[in-house]
Amino acid sequence: MTQPFFVVEDVCLKKDNRPILNHINLSLSEGQIHVLLGVNGSGKSSLAYTLMGCEGYTPDSGRILLDGKDITHTRITERARMGISLAWQEPVRFEGLPIGKYIELGASEPKREKVIAALEAVSLSPKKYAYRAADQTLSGGERKRVELAAIFAMQPRLAILDEPDSGIDALSITDIARLICEMAKHNSAVLLITHRPELVEMADSASLMCFGSIIFSGSPRETSQYYQNRCEPHLNILGSQPWQISLNNS
Amino acid sequence: MGNPIKSHAFEQTSPAWAGELQSLMEAYQQAGGDPASFQMPEVATLAVSGDQVLVSHDIPGVHLYSQPLEHGVRVSVVVDDGTLVKHPVHLCFGVLPMEGIQRIEADYQIGNGAQVQFLAHCSFPNAVRVEHRMNARIHIGRNSSMSYKEEHYHGLEGGVEVYPYSEVTIEEGGQFTSNFVITRGRVGTLMMNYRIEAQKDALAELVTKVFGSGDDHIRVEETIHLNGENAHSMTKTRIAVKDKAISEVTTITEGNAPRARGHMDCTEIVRDQALAANNPIVKVSNPQAQVTHEAAIGTVNRRELETLMARGLDEEEAVDLIIRAMIRS
Repeated sequence: MTQPFFVVEDVCLKKDNRPILNHINLSLSEGQIHVLLGVNGSGKSSLAYTLMGCEGYTPDSGRILLDGKDITHTRITERARMGISLAWQEPVRFEGLPIGKYIELGASEPKREKVIAALEAVSLSPKKYAYRAADQTLSGGERKRVELAAIFAMQPRLAILDEPDSGIDALSITDIARLICEMAKHNSAVLLITHRPELVEMADSASLMCFGSIIFSGSPRETSQYYQNRCEPHLNILGSQPWQISLNNS
Repeated sequence: MGNPIKSHAFEQTSPAWAGELQSLMEAYQQAGGDPASFQMPEVATLAVSGDQVLVSHDIPGVHLYSQPLEHGVRVSVVVDDGTLVKHPVHLCFGVLPMEGIQRIEADYQIGNGAQVQFLAHCSFPNAVRVEHRMNARIHIGRNSSMSYKEEHYHGLEGGVEVYPYSEVTIEEGGQFTSNFVITRGRVGTLMMNYRIEAQKDALAELVTKVFGSGDDHIRVEETIHLNGENAHSMTKTRIAVKDKAISEVTTITEGNAPRARGHMDCTEIVRDQALAANNPIVKVSNPQAQVTHEAAIGTVNRRELETLMARGLDEEEAVDLIIRAMIRS
């Protein structure tokens, strides 16, 4: 693994006076797949928005560095142009915007070829989908595939994928896994938020978030086991949010 | 109608009008039309510049009549019973000088069991002070369908006042689809008023897309009476306004018969100091009828913006793309 080009240093974020992210530290190298685990509400998506630079997600303290340059206060557009992009967990729909046009937005030349390759990479027929609108007529699964295709076509330096597998049938998980591997092969670092064991296994490293903090980092297997042994039992007993005190006491 | 002109292939051939026709065709192209359609004998066509009919071409089953009026033309289009018109009828209305008035009194009679599409382009490319009034009465026979797509180009000055008024009656099992678009150049003043009466099993679908800027004033009024059992309707209005433009949309749907179903869907995007209003009115007089509406007015959705910005677009580019995709689709 090469030297990290993307570093998150002690990032904290509060919203409405409530801590959302607590002293987050993370680093990613080219071609690295890093999985982020955690139950719903643990702060994974908030971290994704913070790294992308979404409105309302500027850290209160800490730094985000790209190639050693502080990008903590740069806007989304600048970050995207520097090579960071995000596939949202619930991608929005665009009335009237053709899928092909949407995918080519961040792609370099030759755009047309990139669009075709990206659609094929997510098992969508370019003939059938390139001119269709990325709107409400797409199923949730189709829209997610389009989102992944758009990221794939960009070949970003850092791809943040927020639960790309949610709402997608089991068969498609193979497609997603292949796509992520392909991105890593092209030297994209991938920050992958997921719960799927199949996807966790393919990662190089993993972290576990709870209540806005990274409480464990290690190999995907260790982290996954930690999650299964310590978080899931609480999840089953208490609902979606395990209690910090239970984790601390266990 | 007294002394109407009826011609199977009428075209102004005098040299005085040749230049006018060429200019009108150029304007037609600016509005999105394809002038080649006017050369195809299998396509029914009508071209009116100011108060002059420059082209009027019938095809079997489709008859065009016209008669001069002060500042305009009275037009009658008759589609015979059972006629299935293969190619859309192309209509071109324009005023080429910077100033002028054009008044079109149009009467469309679609026979029973007929199918026809119209592609109308209205172009006022040089307008500084132009008024265009279109009063249309449309009668769609039993089990017939009529689609009317109308695209406007008003130039860049905003000096156009357009008053499209349509009264449409759809007989049992008939269908009417209207698609009204002004998305290039300025709008000027648009005062649109459509009134539809749908009988048993009839279907009405109205789509309106307008992009206003400068001090454009857009007023859209659409009223649909679902008077027949199982009559259905849908209005879809997409308007974007920027600068100091004003948009006012009023859609009224009445469900007056059993199993009548109506839906009104309006999205207006507002930027700068522009103003948008939407007034959906639902009236139901039959307990088995149902009319629904949805409206969204305001700025561009933040998540949509951020998604496009995460692909490298700046905020202005993202807003522009979202608006243009919405109103041009």
